[in-house]
Parts: sequence; C-alpha cells; structure tokens
Amino acid sequence: MIKDVVCTFCGNACDDIEFEGDYGRNLCPVGEAKFARKERIKTPMINGKEVSYDEAIEKAAEILKSSKRPLLYGWSSTVNEAIRLGVIIAEKLGGIYDQCSSVCHAPTTLAMIEQGIVGGTLGQAKNRADVVVFWGCNPVEAHPRHPTRYSVMARGFLTRGRSDRRVIVVDVRKTPTAYLATDFYMIKPNSDFAIFTALRSIVNGHEEAVPDRVGGLKKEELIELAKTLESAKYGLVFFGLGVTHTRGHERNVEAVIKLVQDLNKKTRYILQPMRGHFNVVGSGEVPAWEVGFEYAIDFSRGYARFSPGEFTAVEALIRGDCDAAMIVASDPVAHFPKKAVERLKKIPVIQIDPHPNLTTKIADVVIPTAIVGIEAEGTIYRMDGVPLRVKKIKDTNYPTDVEIMEKLLEKIVR
Amino acid sequence: MIEVVVITGRTTDQGMTIDEKLSEAYMKAVSFCEMNEKDMEKLGVKDGDRVLIKNELGEVVLYVKKPEMDLQPPEGIVFIPMGPYANRIVGILNGSGTPQYKGVKATVEKTDRAVLSVEEIIME
Ligand code: SF4
Repeated sequence: MIKDVVCTFCGNACDDIEFEGDYGRNLCPVGEAKFARKERIKTPMINGKEVSYDEAIEKAAEILKSSKRPLLYGWSSTVNEAIRLGVIIAEKLGGIYDQCSSVCHAPTTLAMIEQGIVGGTLGQAKNRADVVVFWGCNPVEAHPRHPTRYSVMARGFLTRGRSDRRVIVVDVRKTPTAYLATDFYMIKPNSDFAIFTALRSIVNGHEEAVPDRVGGLKKEELIELAKTLESAKYGLVFFGLGVTHTRGHERNVEAVIKLVQDLNKKTRYILQPMRGHFNVVGSGEVPAWEVGFEYAIDFSRGYARFSPGEFTAVEALIRGDCDAAMIVASDPVAHFPKKAVERLKKIPVIQIDPHPNLTTKIADVVIPTAIVGIEAEGTIYRMDGVPLRVKKIKDTNYPTDVEIMEKLLEKIVR
Repeated sequence: MIEVVVITGRTTDQGMTIDEKLSEAYMKAVSFCEMNEKDMEKLGVKDGDRVLIKNELGEVVLYVKKPEMDLQPPEGIVFIPMGPYANRIVGILNGSGTPQYKGVKATVEKTDRAVLSVEEIIME
C-alpha cells in the first residue's frame, strides 16, 4: 500500500489518499475519475503526424524562437519545478507568461494587491471555525471533500464538527452545497458588491444607510446575516467564482476583503478563495517569487511588466498580439471565450499535456507527458498556500513536464 | 422567446470528464442548460428538448435538462456547465483581464436545430 498520496485534481489537494493497486481509498468521485485509466496522447505529433520527442521539441523551439511575442499559458496542473522553467523560458523569449487564474481568481489577486488579505490555512477552518460562509461557490461539486475534510463536518481541536458550526451559503441559485447550510441566502446575479457593502454598513453601525432591499435580500435578512457573521468566535469566509466572474470582478473581492477586515474589529475572521486546480496557486506563486508578479506578465522589453487586461491571455489573443502559443497543462480551447479561441486557431500552437483535449485538436505540435501526481512527482501549493510534495505512484515511459521544459530551455538558449 | 441571465459553473459530471473532453460523456456533461419550470413552460419545452440561446457574443444550441430535486434556478436564470458550449455566449471583457462568465444577458427560444458535437463547436 502507498500511503499519504496527494490527489492532483482540485485545490483541496487531499493528502490522505491510500493506494492499494489501482484502488485509491478516500478519493471523492471526481478524484477517482482523475486517477482512473483513460485515453492518452500516444506519441508526440507535428501537424497530426507522429514524430519523436526530439523532433517535436526541436519544432516547438523553432516556433517559439521565430515568434515575436509568444504566449506561454496554462500551468495550473503541473508542478512548481516545471512552472519555474516555464517562467525562465518566457523571459528568454521575451514572451507573455499567463496562467489559468486569469480566467478564474485573478480578480482575487488584484484585490489582494490593493487591500491585502486576512488569510489563514484550511487547518484554521477545521480546528477553529464556528461560522463558515460559502459565498458564490459550490464545494459539493467543485471541491467535494472540502466540507468533510476542512470545513462543515470536519472535527478539529476546538470544534466537534457539524453541530458546533453555523454554515451560511450565499448564491444566485440553489446548489447542492445549500443542503449543508444552516442559512441559505439566494441573491440576484451581479449584486455581490452591493450586498457586501450593505453588510459592511451594518457591521460598522450604519444600519440606517441600508435600503429596504439589496440584491434580492430584504433589509431584515441582511441584518440577520450580519448578526450571524458577528456571532462567530472564529469565522471563515470561503468565496468562489460567483464573486470573481460577475460584474465588478476585483471590486467584489475588495468589498469582501473589507467586510472581513471590518469583522476583525469585533471578532476573528479569515478569508479564503476556493481555488480550482490543485496547483493553480503555484502557477501564481512561482512567477511571483521569480519575477515579482503572479500572472499577465510580459517580458518583451527584457524585464517583467504586469498589466491585467493587456497581458492576460484572453485580451492578448483577441488583440492579435501573440503570434504563437505554448499551452502547458491546461485547455484554453475549452475554457476561453470564443473570440480568443478563434485567434488560437490561427497561430501556431504547441501543447504539452498528458491527455487529448480540445486544445490538442488545434495544436500544431503536441508533446505528451507524464501525469503529475500519478507518474511524476514534484511540489505544489494547496489552495491556502501550503506546499505539498506530490508523489509518483506508477512507472511510465512518458517524460515529465520538467524534463520537457529542461530540453526546451536548452534549445532556446543554445 | 424569453430574456434571461446566464450563469456558468462547475458540476460534478464536468469535473469527472475533464480529462476526456473528446468523449461522449464530456459532451453530455457540458451541452445542456437548466432553467426554472416556469420558464420551460413559457418556452413550451420539456426535458431533452433543444433551445437556442443568443446574445451579442454569439449563439449556441443546448439540450434542456430539468434540474434534480428542488435545485432549479430561479425564474429568469439559466445555468450552463462551464465549457466550450457556454463559452459561445459568455466571456464579456470588462478590462480587468478576467472575462465575465456569469451574469450575462441572453435570449432563449425553442429550436429544432441540432446540438453540435464538441469538435464541431470548436471548429465552427
Ligand atoms: S476533494 Fe479534490 S483533492 Fe480531494 S479527493 Fe476530491 S478531487 Fe481530489
């Protein structure tokens, strides 16, 4: 039996998985699907023709070197060691480094730059939290073991589990997570900023400034919610893409950061974004410690510049700035808006990934690699920034992302 | 035809098929929309019928799925699992770098047009 395996699917990065042959104890259904055998990209390809790894890497280097401003995008499903090399390659090429956050929690990063964040770890949720808020997130489907392992039912040093916790769910529709709630509040889409602001007014003693209805909630409901928030000995607000993907984006996050700051004048509160992929935090942390920024980084002037809305992948593609792209451990063709995908279809694309996906369909050079956490080891950051070492539990003939990045870097600086 | 606000998000089925995007299971997981019973009535559609959702960003044909248990979205809100289908009609750029994937206005009407396969949708 292999113990303490880290599941490399969602941002929970559960590190208590035990493998007995192919069976992984403690995995949730989504984690089970991650570890199940499935179709792989069999060999490297150039324009659909099977080639050797050397030929594919040579071709990839040629495309990148002849490009004026290549986009290097993805990174959330690989290890920090590979990301580090990716950042160096982007710098050497004078290209753009961007990562999956730019279509997810980048507004959270922006808001944190403005406001800071009252942060903690998932251990605080488990051991201390007596009021747990899920705002615009649906862990039951997106982070299935979050409620049992860290937040709702988890037993900790100072909590006996569910009976000790008040669970608040706020969303624009009833999700399965709402079934876990003590109180469920249904709000109107695009009203998060207004509601956070109203709650701040109440918490700060300016109840009279709040109108009768805000974002679909009655004033009495808002007061009740504010009182519940204040009643915590140790509160925790988890928020998801319901806050970052709606109108207001980083302003919404700033508002919830300020709400949590205000609550800290009365009791203890922390705020935690529900990060999606198991190492999407690493895809921001690594460039941050390498060059100072987390995403939307341009190296075309020989030094790092950060400009969201300009160097974020979607905008850079739609404007037609990038004339080639290398996609590592991600699938932008499935997840970018249509116009950005249209640009990707026009320029040479290199894909580095274990599984065939929609980006494979449009890629000129495809380089298959080992699956991180199953066939390749390395370091990742859990959603709360705790670094974990993911294991290799199976042998493979596929090279790792790190090996491919090393060879590519060698060819680029040669 | 009715006017709605579209929201997108992850689902368990989308998560379970994410590494198999060229499979039928993935298509099944991302090519539908959920709406309130009253909206289904207004459109004259039932579970398994098709609707055309349109706005200035584009259009997409999706299956209608009756939500499980009491999980139907409120009237006027349509939920689509994140993925290539939803991305035809969401992703407004507001300048912050992160597209608006939720809370996007659109119209919905009943249609006889076919739901495209995942490959057709990206190659179209
Ligand atoms: S909750 Fe996330 S990390 Fe944990 S087993 Fe499920 S998919 Fe894996």
